[in-house]
Amino acid sequence: MPETTAMNRSPDAAEPQSTGLSRRGLLGLAGLGAVGFAGLGASIAQAAAEQGSTGSDVAATYPFFGDHQAGIVTPAQDRLHFASFDVSNISRAELKSLLSDWSYAANRMTAGRGAGAYGPTNGPYDSPPDDTGEALDLAPAGLTITFGFGPSLFDSRFGLSTKRPAALIDLPAFPKDALDPALVGGDLCIQACSDDPQVAVHAIRNLSRIAFGRASLRWSQLGFGRTSSTTRAQVTPRNLFGFKDGTANLRAEDTSAVAKEVWVQASDGQAWMTGGSYLVARKIRMTIETWDRTSLREQETVIGRTKGDGAPLSGGSEFTAPNFSTVGAQGSPIIPADAHVRLAHPKQNDGAALLRRGYNFVDGNDDLGRLNAGLFFLAYQRDPRTQFVPIQQNLATNDAMNEYVRHVGSAIFAIPPGAKEGRPLGAALFD
Amino acid sequence: MRRPARAVVAAAVGLVATLALAACVPNSPTGVATASGAITVTSTATACSVSSSTAPSGTLSFAVTNAGTEVTEFYLLADDGERIVGEVENVGPGITRTLVVQASPGRYFTVCKPGMLGAGVGRAAFTVTTSGKALASAGKNATQVAAAAANYVAYLRKQVETLVTGTDTFLSAYRAGDDAKARRLYAITRSTYERIEPVAESFGALDSKLDFREADVPKGTEWTGWHRIEKDLFPPAAKDNGAKPYVPLTKAQRIRFADLLEKDTAALSTEIHQSSYTLPIDAISNGAISLMDEVASGKITGEEEVWSHTDLWDFQGNLEGAKVAFDGLRDIIRPTDPALVTQIDAQFAALQALLATHGTLRSGFTYYDKLSTAEVKALSDGVNALAEPLSRLTGALVQ
Repeated sequence: MPETTAMNRSPDAAEPQSTGLSRRGLLGLAGLGAVGFAGLGASIAQAAAEQGSTGSDVAATYPFFGDHQAGIVTPAQDRLHFASFDVSNISRAELKSLLSDWSYAANRMTAGRGAGAYGPTNGPYDSPPDDTGEALDLAPAGLTITFGFGPSLFDSRFGLSTKRPAALIDLPAFPKDALDPALVGGDLCIQACSDDPQVAVHAIRNLSRIAFGRASLRWSQLGFGRTSSTTRAQVTPRNLFGFKDGTANLRAEDTSAVAKEVWVQASDGQAWMTGGSYLVARKIRMTIETWDRTSLREQETVIGRTKGDGAPLSGGSEFTAPNFSTVGAQGSPIIPADAHVRLAHPKQNDGAALLRRGYNFVDGNDDLGRLNAGLFFLAYQRDPRTQFVPIQQNLATNDAMNEYVRHVGSAIFAIPPGAKEGRPLGAALFD
Repeated sequence: MRRPARAVVAAAVGLVATLALAACVPNSPTGVATASGAITVTSTATACSVSSSTAPSGTLSFAVTNAGTEVTEFYLLADDGERIVGEVENVGPGITRTLVVQASPGRYFTVCKPGMLGAGVGRAAFTVTTSGKALASAGKNATQVAAAAANYVAYLRKQVETLVTGTDTFLSAYRAGDDAKARRLYAITRSTYERIEPVAESFGALDSKLDFREADVPKGTEWTGWHRIEKDLFPPAAKDNGAKPYVPLTKAQRIRFADLLEKDTAALSTEIHQSSYTLPIDAISNGAISLMDEVASGKITGEEEVWSHTDLWDFQGNLEGAKVAFDGLRDIIRPTDPALVTQIDAQFAALQALLATHGTLRSGFTYYDKLSTAEVKALSDGVNALAEPLSRLTGALVQ
């Protein structure tokens, strides 16, 4: 593979984003295509109102190029396919070319085009198609493809050890961790989100194929049902405990908070990460059969919110700030000391907040006939050392919810800033 | 085991000296025409309408739609109006099929052939102008192609001769009840079969007699061949045999299955030794691809040698067979797609080196059931790394 990026040579990289939409015959909502971040909330809200849905918009496209990668403050789509990769025994130049090829394909697929220049049906008849084809006739449905680099990428193999950001720590062991080594870590990650599950799977499948010989799948996770909202326009969804999740999440509209809590700033060290973020992924199995046998009193006490509206037990409605000092009949706090909402709240964590973007999962069942279900937790942040780690230390030690959850998978990734025309993802890492 | 025989569906190959077709489908193509840039061709009973009579040199895409009622063909002909530069055939009514061709500047003709007979309709001049883009150099020549086919057939004959001899030795031990010797010879002898497996599969009836696994055999058909004897030599415990104790074959049964394997192997040899036996060049490339598919689907999962666990011997045989097929084509493909050749060469070497960490045919390999999951994963990664570029081999070769 030549080291030069394909992106600055591609004849059609400069095609307008709407081309993909019109080719797919989905012009109905094409006006929403390729919207910049500023207008996003309104556009999506409008689409949601028109469709009477929670925000799904099959025609939405989000540009792959930008200062930040898409798929972080982008309104959380309904479906996820997340993949972690091990890089093969390849050279630094080959790693760079992989990122270039991935960027090329991701830029195309997020615009609704095939992974390769020919597409699924127009290539040479005696060669395998350069796109696998299951996304033909489907709209991008808001597809975003977000790439990240794990700590192990910065070992001695690619000469990147001096580029490792201090914030890209090896996650410490947390109390009660029950990690399966097969679900931990990875050199590279790809988060593909879309409102159409087949579109998300198509993205991971084609990117995995492009990587053959250069990187191979280590583990991957399908998710359905976003468990967080990342914009104010979105309704707060529910996790598999049946509770609203992410009520107090950071939102895209909170631009100063997002800048402070999500995006890496130039003053944070490693210049190549400026405009990037850090992602912590945790696969959290829920023992939902046990949970379902728990009284509503116990459930609400564990969470610290009402199951119906999601209001804090201290009163008000969903978005009322919890009052942790409100005292109940027995003289004890009405939101118990070990309630999840209390322990996870920024007020209890020196103001540390996360932009959560998790998904529910059900991976069939286990040998005992229990659903293998839970939450695939994804959280973006500016510095895991002051955000995820202390919050999780606190939760793992004290959270009443621990009785019903097991952390079985774990990974951390540096999420580089966005790609640009002619500057593939992570290009600055190799400068 | 038997897989859909990709190798035998090969169509006749148009051999062209002046032009090379789009050689591969790279992950990051450098200048191919896209769907939106395709020249459209509409073929009817009487016309062959081409949307443009000129195009800049480089990779051209003709999207050929059959608007007629008969099966049609479309040809791009050289300036003598005779030599075929590129073609699509078997385009059914209502179907659109794309011809991708790399064309250098010059004068050409386009023509459709509804009904697939005669001189065709709508013959028209077509001009390729100079785009300034570098083209892949000239393509295959007929001498090289003929030599490659002859060399490969010679290889097949040598392998099948070795197979016949090896099988006889193996069966002598088995018939005589020398199970230790037969077990020792089983895998090494089979590795010869595995080198030419897609060719054997092209004789479908023989392959099913020789190489079916127990699970492949249709109800009512007797299970014979290598794997029948494998099970007898490496008998399973009852728990791996549908909860029934395995009943060893009697002496008479042994002799019967041994005789059948000998006879069917001899029949395979006879077929390959027919003086008329030859292979189109894309059958050779598809054979190489099929061999790696065999590895990916059967050997890497331990499904092929479920009783003996000698899958890595088969793996080595498949790999060697694919390498020989590719080696014979290398010089034909190199001018049109040197990057693909380099990539495939590197992946062959890497996979062979990895496999060698588990043994050799001479010294024996690790049994499949003794490999760790991580070791199998590494082998699987290596197979994917080779099979992906190898899958573009035929596309680089034909048309």
